[in-house]
Amino acid sequence: MGLLDTEFSDDNIVITKVDDLLNWARLSSLWQMSFGLACCAIEMMATSASHYDFDRFGVIPRPSPRQADIIIISGTVTLKMATRIKRLYEQMPDPKYIISMGSCSNSGGPYWEHGYHVLKGVDRVIPVDVYVPGCPPRPEALLEGLLTLQEKIRNESLVKKAV
Amino acid sequence: MLKTEQMVLNMGPQHPSTHGVLRLELELEGEVIINVKPHLGYLHRCFEKHCEAMTYPQIIPYVDRLDYLASMNNEMGYAIAVERLLDIKVPERVEYIRIIMAELQRIASHMVAVGTYGIDIGAFTPFLYLFRDRERILTLFEKTCGARLLYNYIWVGGLSHDLPINFVNETRDFLKDFKKTVIEVNNLLSYNKIFIERTANVGVLPVDSAINYGITGPNLRASGLKWDIRRNDPYSIYDRFDFEIPVGEGKHGQVGDCWDRYFLRVQEMVQSIRIIEQALDQLPEGEITSALPKRIKPVEGQIYSRVENPKGELGFFIVSKGQLQPFRVKVRPPSFINLSVLGELCKGHLIADVVAILGSIDIVLGEVDR
Ligand code: SF4
Repeated sequence: MGLLDTEFSDDNIVITKVDDLLNWARLSSLWQMSFGLACCAIEMMATSASHYDFDRFGVIPRPSPRQADIIIISGTVTLKMATRIKRLYEQMPDPKYIISMGSCSNSGGPYWEHGYHVLKGVDRVIPVDVYVPGCPPRPEALLEGLLTLQEKIRNESLVKKAV
Repeated sequence: MLKTEQMVLNMGPQHPSTHGVLRLELELEGEVIINVKPHLGYLHRCFEKHCEAMTYPQIIPYVDRLDYLASMNNEMGYAIAVERLLDIKVPERVEYIRIIMAELQRIASHMVAVGTYGIDIGAFTPFLYLFRDRERILTLFEKTCGARLLYNYIWVGGLSHDLPINFVNETRDFLKDFKKTVIEVNNLLSYNKIFIERTANVGVLPVDSAINYGITGPNLRASGLKWDIRRNDPYSIYDRFDFEIPVGEGKHGQVGDCWDRYFLRVQEMVQSIRIIEQALDQLPEGEITSALPKRIKPVEGQIYSRVENPKGELGFFIVSKGQLQPFRVKVRPPSFINLSVLGELCKGHLIADVVAILGSIDIVLGEVDR
């Protein structure tokens, strides 16, 4: 909004489409559920800390699923955890998005072959929007994943979704 | 005495202060904790099962993922165990590089411990300062071996790469700057009145029950016992360096309280700086690959070998049946054993103190559950 403030000095009207306005609002403040699973969570922490600064994309960690728009599955999903993740996801209010971070949550990763207690991909329990590959993905990769998600939200349409 | 109804409260597995996916079942009477039951297994990644199927070098990446905040130390522990089994000696330069890496990693691990502990208590700023500096350690690692978090760098009998150009100078620069950060963190957090009120005299762990529970690492030393495997059972070349082993003194309360455990980590970072500086001074030129075995196939036998990890004593018990794969690898994870004392520490404290106590034990769930 900073730009618009300087554009008009008097009261004024801005015309836009509902879709655009909603999407713009949604994609610029994706509150993230602070929920770390395994090693990838450390890279997620690094992403939100000083050097990479997740905050500049409007991503603020929230401890409760009720306040979150996006959940980053950052790590190995075990069978015991899978049901909890599903429940956490169900507790989030709509619209909600999922980034699957790291090979583990994408596909089981290094634990694919012998991990008898590892879920082979979190998309078996919840619908994933963006997959970020890597073990662990670099913070830049996670940022790229977030930008991809923003792009996806930008092209969403309320009308199309309703149909 | 007035009795209130007892209540059971679940904390976790999704909780910002459980440092991962730990679930605590708190039995409360009003706000007072009667009993704490940790529930594990949310991150059980079948490490020991993997070891049965992998060859010795293939296990190293999985060793990384035990305590993912201290991968270098894990690798070093595992490599030393297998080297003892094989009875090989690694070149001087390798020993020095390993020590430099392990101590840098110790600093990085304690940075996360101290930073997130600040967050648990409600201070966000030290976390940001420490992560700023941690990023520099990770950059050093990345230049060395290409990875930021999980390295597969220390191999059995050697290393995957030699040090990059200019590593020594860059590390020295970092250490110089980091000394200032330690002072900053001390001023911001360690001597902060609010922080001391929250942590001093909370969760006191007397030294005898620390020994009974098998606690190791900073938690044990904070209770006042000078026990450090780098000194008491020296491995690699730790006997060549001059460093102190800080112990808890109970500066702001009783010996072995949360503040002691926290501050011990800060002191250990300073000692790690000393070790790295000495190692950088003495770093010899030479070969790093000469001792790398072509095929790792130890003769029948077994070994238990332990190293001092940032969290405590990390031990590997390896049984070999003379094959390419080990017959059995058992880990003695410091975090898991340190966690066992949680119930005792929390008893009688308020529910808000659970977070302070859990943070001060500094566990990593990857290692607790394996
Ligand atoms: S993808 Fe790799 S770094 Fe991420 S949780 Fe799995 S093992 Fe750890």
